[in-house]
Amino acid sequence: MTETTRRPETARPLSPHLQIYRLTLTMVMSIVHRATGAVLYVGTLLLAWWLLAIASGPNAYLTFQSVAGSWIGRLVLFGYTWALIHHMLGGIRHFLWDLGYGFGAAEREWLARATLFGSIALTLLLWIFAYLVTGGLR
Amino acid sequence: MSERGPHMRTPLGRVRGLGSAKAGTQHFWHQRLTAVANVPLVIAGLIIVISLAGRNHAAAAQILGSPLIAVVMLLFIVSVSYHMRLGMQVIIEDYVHEERIKLVLVMLNAFFSIAVALASAFAVLKLSFGV
Repeated sequence: MTETTRRPETARPLSPHLQIYRLTLTMVMSIVHRATGAVLYVGTLLLAWWLLAIASGPNAYLTFQSVAGSWIGRLVLFGYTWALIHHMLGGIRHFLWDLGYGFGAAEREWLARATLFGSIALTLLLWIFAYLVTGGLR
Repeated sequence: MSERGPHMRTPLGRVRGLGSAKAGTQHFWHQRLTAVANVPLVIAGLIIVISLAGRNHAAAAQILGSPLIAVVMLLFIVSVSYHMRLGMQVIIEDYVHEERIKLVLVMLNAFFSIAVALASAFAVLKLSFGV
């Protein structure tokens, strides 16, 4: 009796788990959605710094611009733009699901691809546009 | 009809205060509410940031302080900071199971989100009201 009651404990069904299920695109996109959210969270420090620098005066703004305009700064801002757009498109995907659409296997895959390629394309277009219009960060 | 015995409470009353944050569905709803608001606000915010990117301090300060831009930025700050607080709380609740550590992190999350929001809003208001 004791053996039969103990055995099921190890054989209980598990919730979705990274080491149990083969990695799929939709799964990766779910993880990336959360990861980009966490990155955006920390990145709001940059937004606050930018706004406070402008409010503080020309010298503080110059300091911000020199950091943001460095190649590391540009790389971070580029990554941040992608995280923002990816999270936004991922959010729109979640709206569709909330409304009851897009649950089919083919639709799920299509939405995952659209989010990924859409975010990359939009980020590149936005930066090209920004450089053309403003001459980029100075 | 009244076979539920001592239950005087409504179904809503019975489920209130449940969940890991004791806040029921309010969290879910506010998360979606701010998510919907964030879409146009993020698009507007990106346009504002790009249009300010190449400008000197005087121009940037003037544009950010103009009423329309300032109001959009304030809406952006409020909606985004509330949304990110809700999102980070879910992450904390998913991965931190020790009750006291979880509580401390949920508090720190609130402090961080409110501090970032207040600092950003203060900067915009300062630019709007001048000096």
